[in-house]
Amino acid sequence: MTSQPTRRQLLQGSLAAGLTVAASTALGPAPASAAPSTGHPGIRPFRVAIRRERVAEMRRRVAATRWPSRELVADRSQGVQLASAQALARFWATSYDWRRFEAKLNAFPQFKTEIDGVDIHFVQVRSRHRDALPLVMTHGWPGSVVELLETVGPLTDPTAHGGSAADAFHLVLPSIPGYGFSGKPAELGWDTNRTARAWAELMRRLGYTGYVAQGGDVGAAVTDNLGRLAPPGLLGIHLNLLVPALGGTGNLPKNTDEEKAAAAALQTFSTSGRGYLVEQSTRPQTIGYALLDSPVALAAWMLDHDTDSYLKISRAFRGGPPSGNLTREHVLDNVSVYWLTGTGESAARAYWERAQTSGHPQAPVPVPVAFSAFPGEIFQAPRSWAEASYPTLRHYSKATRGGHFAAWEEPQLFVEELRAAFRSFR
Amino acid sequence: MTTLEQQAGQAIRPFTVHFRKAALDDLRRRLATTRWPTRELVGDRSQGVQLATMQALGRYWAGRYDLGRVQARLNALPQFTTEIDGVDLHFVHVRSRHPGALPLIMTHGWPGSIIEMIDSVGPLTDPTAHGGTADDAFHLVLPSLPGYGFSAEPAEVGWDLVRTARAWAELMRRLGYDRYVAQGGDVGAGVTDAIGRLGPEGLIGIHTNLLVPALNDPAALPDDTAEEQAALAAIKVFQTTGNGYFVEMATRPETIGYALLDSPAALAAWMIDHDTDAYYKIAAAFADGRPAGNLTRDHILDNVTAYWLTGTGASTARSYWEAYGPDAPAAGRPPLPDPRVPVGFSTFPGEIWRTPRSWAEQSYPTLNYFGQAERGGHFAAWEEPELFADQLRAAFRPLR
Repeated sequence: MTSQPTRRQLLQGSLAAGLTVAASTALGPAPASAAPSTGHPGIRPFRVAIRRERVAEMRRRVAATRWPSRELVADRSQGVQLASAQALARFWATSYDWRRFEAKLNAFPQFKTEIDGVDIHFVQVRSRHRDALPLVMTHGWPGSVVELLETVGPLTDPTAHGGSAADAFHLVLPSIPGYGFSGKPAELGWDTNRTARAWAELMRRLGYTGYVAQGGDVGAAVTDNLGRLAPPGLLGIHLNLLVPALGGTGNLPKNTDEEKAAAAALQTFSTSGRGYLVEQSTRPQTIGYALLDSPVALAAWMLDHDTDSYLKISRAFRGGPPSGNLTREHVLDNVSVYWLTGTGESAARAYWERAQTSGHPQAPVPVPVAFSAFPGEIFQAPRSWAEASYPTLRHYSKATRGGHFAAWEEPQLFVEELRAAFRSFR
Repeated sequence: MTTLEQQAGQAIRPFTVHFRKAALDDLRRRLATTRWPTRELVGDRSQGVQLATMQALGRYWAGRYDLGRVQARLNALPQFTTEIDGVDLHFVHVRSRHPGALPLIMTHGWPGSIIEMIDSVGPLTDPTAHGGTADDAFHLVLPSLPGYGFSAEPAEVGWDLVRTARAWAELMRRLGYDRYVAQGGDVGAGVTDAIGRLGPEGLIGIHTNLLVPALNDPAALPDDTAEEQAALAAIKVFQTTGNGYFVEMATRPETIGYALLDSPAALAAWMIDHDTDAYYKIAAAFADGRPAGNLTRDHILDNVTAYWLTGTGASTARSYWEAYGPDAPAAGRPPLPDPRVPVGFSTFPGEIWRTPRSWAEQSYPTLNYFGQAERGGHFAAWEEPELFADQLRAAFRPLR
């Protein structure tokens, strides 16, 4: 039985977190190779080092792509357009620099620790501000920690990014099991609930006794599940995808224009936009052959997400301006991580796992919940839907720009949402 | 000698398959460098095509399969192309030596091609050599659907099942057949159902081995008997866990097209991940070389290799977008009226669901034949060509 933490527990949590910060500060800022300040014996430093031949092979395969004929429509309604895929491949094969990304990722302190039988990779960046709030933030599919890297600066070092010291976070960015540099589960059962339990253990291991959690997409499901689990120390959660609405809108109001528009957008998604979701939820191994053997198949499968982000990414590759931070390099950083780690099938399998337990009755979220709606998201969840989904909703806001990959596309706006949302939880 | 094709003039041209050596070499090279995923975490097909199956298939394809087979088998049959409604259509045309033979246009499905039908040619056109009588003979027309195999890819949207059915009627007219029947399973059943509803001049009956109306609206069918309930449950299973390929192709054919064109392993996996019965039969053939009926390793790879070498993964997927997709011109169009010609139906035990007679009767008021085969599944013609031919003989006998 879990319940909302008492005020005393919250204070204890903050105090413990503060002490940890103090210990850390005494040791100086952690360089990339340093162990986390808690010194848990099971936590090992990690750096990415992909062998040269593997990067060359990726480029070779991209250059040798055998292309389908062009789609017969002028929009995305038959899938990723040939001109977009070919522009992406040209850039990938000729201009893209994996080493640039590897250096960027390795500039952050990364670690691995085995939890529940799986090696979990995570980026951990501690703020130099003593009272920083620990935050575990979870990426989605087709994402990875790549989506979240631009938020590290604003979140951990707010005074350099338009915020105040009171907005600081200690940031933990884990890779979901089967994704990126985390291990692949070797047994069944790694649904988002189990991942949420692993996150609670990760935060415990890192010595955080009072922390918050955030996520979008699959990360929103993990964060939602963590909220329902309400492990000791969890003070609240923030989401930018209203996961409960994806399970059905039967219980949600559809009276206002805003509510009707959200329901219509979800209907469009379920009519024509969820092929990837059905395939990954039912036959991850089958699509896995494509995602492991053809880099362009992988890129197309990953780009063919929601309409808003597809059009933005497509435009960036076809010579248009990128939308915010969704640049060609950043998009290919993410696709290349999937390719070079060979995690297409294991990431897809996470959808299969989720499908096995979806629809099971769930406990309510006892901790405070905050929600941000981004205008380009698959559906813009109205406040009434967020309230109906989360009775403990404490904060709701609408961002002015950004879509499904909010943290990636608009890191600064996204960070402002998080600051506002979590201010009342501190 | 004057053939019917020549009589029809320049519009019908003989066709032979020729694959370039470079294309075969490229396929071999890609097979040899397949990058495999890790193994599925289950002991059955519930996560998709199993790694052991795919690796056995890959080994056989790269090491033992004769890449010249597709060309040799097809070129042993009279093949033609003719342009209809802007698309060059490929077809096999085998005339029976029996003068009273009934012309029959038979349509393959997805992930099929005319290769599914090759072993039906003998029993259907030359029945006396295959346990039948001269009265059972058919003149056989086996077209490749637009975008499939050696037919061209449509260059514009709008090639739904009805448009293909119209093209078939024109093809039969061009061939001089003024009295013919039509048959199909899978997508071919959709085309055959459509041609039955269009009722073009000369069409005297149809036979299908997939009950198309049941997929469109299973709730409208009776669910009183145990047999009916079992059929409904089987459709439900398919719609819950078995239709990933269907949804993807009906909504995003271009996206999956990149995989189907660029990776032979991806193509093979996508194609053998069809219904459960066929998957297990094919998996068993690759695991221990023991095929179910005619679904041998070579026959399976003939079909996959034909898709690969013609590069039609994306265009075949697009046919689902046209036929079943919510964004296609055909979406939401009112249904055609019931066929007025006689309809025959055969149910095969391994099919996605076993159609009860009551369902066939309700779907087709003009049903005049209902047969239950003792063996065979979704790819009935391919797996059990003799049993399949028996069903067609029985179904069409009253129409001769």
